[in-house]
Amino acid sequence: MTAPVRPGASTPRSFSFPATVEHRLSNGLRVLCAPLRRLPAATIVFTANAGAEQEEASSAGVASLAAQSLAEGTLRLGANELVTAFESLGGELGSGADWTHAECGVTILTPQLEAAMRLLGETVREPALPGDGVVRLRQERLSELLQQEAEPRGQADDAFSVACVGMGTRDGLPLGGDKLTVAKCTPELVRSFHRAHYVPDGARLVVTGDVSPDEVFRLAESVYGGWHGTAVQGTAATPAAAPPSGGVQVMDRADAPQSELRIGHVSVARTHPDFYALSIANAILGGLFNSRINMNLREAHGYTYGAFSSFDWRRHTSVWSVSTAVKSEVTVAAAQEVLNEIARFRQEPVKADELSLARDYLVGVFPLRFETTAAIGGAIAAREGFGLSADYYDTYRERMSAVTIDDVHRVARTHWRPELLQIVAVGNAAEIREPLTSLLERTK
Amino acid sequence: MHLPLTHHTLPNGLRVTISEDHTAPVVAVNLWYHVGSANERQGRTGFAHLFEHMLFQGSEHVGANEHFELVQRAGGTLNGSTWLDRTNYYETVPSHQLALALWLEADRMGRLLPAMTQEKLDNQRDVVKNERRWSVDNQPYGTWWERLPALSFPSEHPYHHSLIGSFEDLDAASLDDVSEFFATWYTPDNAVLSIVGDVETAEALRLVTEYFGAIPRGKNRPALPPMSVPARFGEWRREVVHDEVMVPRLFLASRCPVFGTAAAAVGTITAAVLGSGKGSRLQERLVRGQQVASSAVAFTFDLSRGSDLFVLDVTAHAEVSAEALEGAVVAELDRLRTDGVTEAEVQRAVTLTATEYVTSMQSVQSRADRLSQFATHVGDAAAINTQVDRWRAVRAEDVTAFAREWLGPDNRASLLYVPREVAEVA
Repeated sequence: MTAPVRPGASTPRSFSFPATVEHRLSNGLRVLCAPLRRLPAATIVFTANAGAEQEEASSAGVASLAAQSLAEGTLRLGANELVTAFESLGGELGSGADWTHAECGVTILTPQLEAAMRLLGETVREPALPGDGVVRLRQERLSELLQQEAEPRGQADDAFSVACVGMGTRDGLPLGGDKLTVAKCTPELVRSFHRAHYVPDGARLVVTGDVSPDEVFRLAESVYGGWHGTAVQGTAATPAAAPPSGGVQVMDRADAPQSELRIGHVSVARTHPDFYALSIANAILGGLFNSRINMNLREAHGYTYGAFSSFDWRRHTSVWSVSTAVKSEVTVAAAQEVLNEIARFRQEPVKADELSLARDYLVGVFPLRFETTAAIGGAIAAREGFGLSADYYDTYRERMSAVTIDDVHRVARTHWRPELLQIVAVGNAAEIREPLTSLLERTK
Repeated sequence: MHLPLTHHTLPNGLRVTISEDHTAPVVAVNLWYHVGSANERQGRTGFAHLFEHMLFQGSEHVGANEHFELVQRAGGTLNGSTWLDRTNYYETVPSHQLALALWLEADRMGRLLPAMTQEKLDNQRDVVKNERRWSVDNQPYGTWWERLPALSFPSEHPYHHSLIGSFEDLDAASLDDVSEFFATWYTPDNAVLSIVGDVETAEALRLVTEYFGAIPRGKNRPALPPMSVPARFGEWRREVVHDEVMVPRLFLASRCPVFGTAAAAVGTITAAVLGSGKGSRLQERLVRGQQVASSAVAFTFDLSRGSDLFVLDVTAHAEVSAEALEGAVVAELDRLRTDGVTEAEVQRAVTLTATEYVTSMQSVQSRADRLSQFATHVGDAAAINTQVDRWRAVRAEDVTAFAREWLGPDNRASLLYVPREVAEVA
């Protein structure tokens, strides 16, 4: 019998990013509520301007420690009592710092909304930040950094960031700090960071899920209304000085079966108007499974399990990288293919079907990115952290759809800069350092 | 949580579960084949997984890697994965693209072989070897997920051997193996299909029937070798691995009742009491209290036949010795068996486990994958709706009894990673 023919699509149904209702407390705290009628679940996220960009480079890591230390108990509850109280409501307390902001939140079923709102408020407003708890978390970070010395992926990522941004700047150090800076994060420093940056003025409380805004606002007034504090003028990251010129760095693992490879350089701010065209350009070059780089390295050559490119978006100076792990003996050949693909991308415009694949994917996958209350809450927190416009998610698909072949070619020529390319490899240095260096020289 | 479900079986044996949810314009298609590394024949370790890669190399009407392109162009996400006792393939797409996702799955279930070539097999063999290097060989502790099953099941047992396979066996895989494996295992009567999301059941079923209906049943599907093993190890097995790691890490496994049984629900709650969330016993005692560990979790493998594994996974704090780590972990297990647990601890574990289960169901693909799991391993997709009740029925005395029955010294296997330099000095 004949096989069924390949079907077309039926009519798409519309989807909107959940609308946010905002209420501002007199102390400056903004409460953002996005009601969602799906399962009876809700995510509550408190987010403050207390990210890594508020740190001094010399004590990098204090923002992460301050956020994690919120789980170490409150003035009323010990650490174990606090986390057990959350988990007896059904949700695990999660807290951490990103570059632009810190978050502390929980996902629960809606009958627990009030209890969870009150407990989260206590966690944020009245943390104990006990010396032994902070010191333990600092030791855990140092332990993580120690383990990374035997872990080539993390090693490559951290070295790559420094290589691109430059030594001695906050942006070049890992998000959680390195072993020199973390060692300087005393409990007193963590407490003073908390005092300065966990204040209602400028902070956001994001609540998404099967909730009513009126109830959320009432609870927020009750929990946070009596809280006072004004944001300090922070040390918010400033645009970095000129990035270092391109180079090669190899960390030796003589008997490694694979080389971890990173290739790329600094890029523009998250809020740059070329964000949309760059997103599509990146998808075509290395972002999608069917991207040029993955098809070349994985499917044509069998060099790797996967090769992908991505942006680590920051407020001022982002980092763009191609990331892959390849069999040791083809490290140089693989790097050559990546450089060739970057060069070709700058030389010739992309084909129409490449553009449409990337665009249709990024536009079409939009509803899939926001299925859960946690994903929606995180997206709102990220939008606010970067200071993107309130209609950012509402206009995203329209703006992405407007990108043309010429836009992609222009941003490729403008923002991919061969003279800045850094190559970082963790692998057999004796075999790969020299050839990678001469490869990069030929590219410049 | 009660999901609306309808169940259907096509004349060729394909079992289908459909669950409508019109709250967002998305749909999940999820297909489980009841075949995994346990079904590999001798000398072909890693083949089930290599074969999974070949399913993305096209079928009669789909080019190599075109499956990826078509789904992504449609605004969808997709992947596949291989486990000891199943292989799954799945797409999440905007709901108006349901037909495409179903058609793609049907084309490769019905007509894979015309697209298979030696060149594609050789290429994917290289890709998989690189996957092995990346996930196992060049990763600290990366060998644990082949060492632990090997330690826990006898050498002739289907769960014993490596899922990702050896380079030698991967090299031996041929196109004939591809044809034979396909004909034997990738048949509608050895698969379950779950569809969840913004669909009309009648229309979805019409599409399923149109695309999958003419694919013939399988024949001569061999039975698995005997899966049953003694319920307990009957001893304390120990393996110490001196490896390229910076701090010790202990995997402590016990045999326990298989997925889907009432006893397994108690096992899940016991694992949560010990090692789920920041308020778990291991977190309180080993991470925050004694500070011998920097991370500590407990989980079950959820194996479906013979025996499951209950596993503690604990990584030492810097400068804590392997002996001290193991001593502290074992003391917690023994204390659990001696003193039992409190009702409050069990309630924390039940509430956390149930809430995470329900909130994970916000994703249509998570829902579909669970439906396929229950349909494949317990023969009843509707078990998705009673899972929470099973957990809520667990009492403190059940957890205490589980610990006494399954977590004793006569039923333990320790896989202990030790930094190589330290080992040489000692």
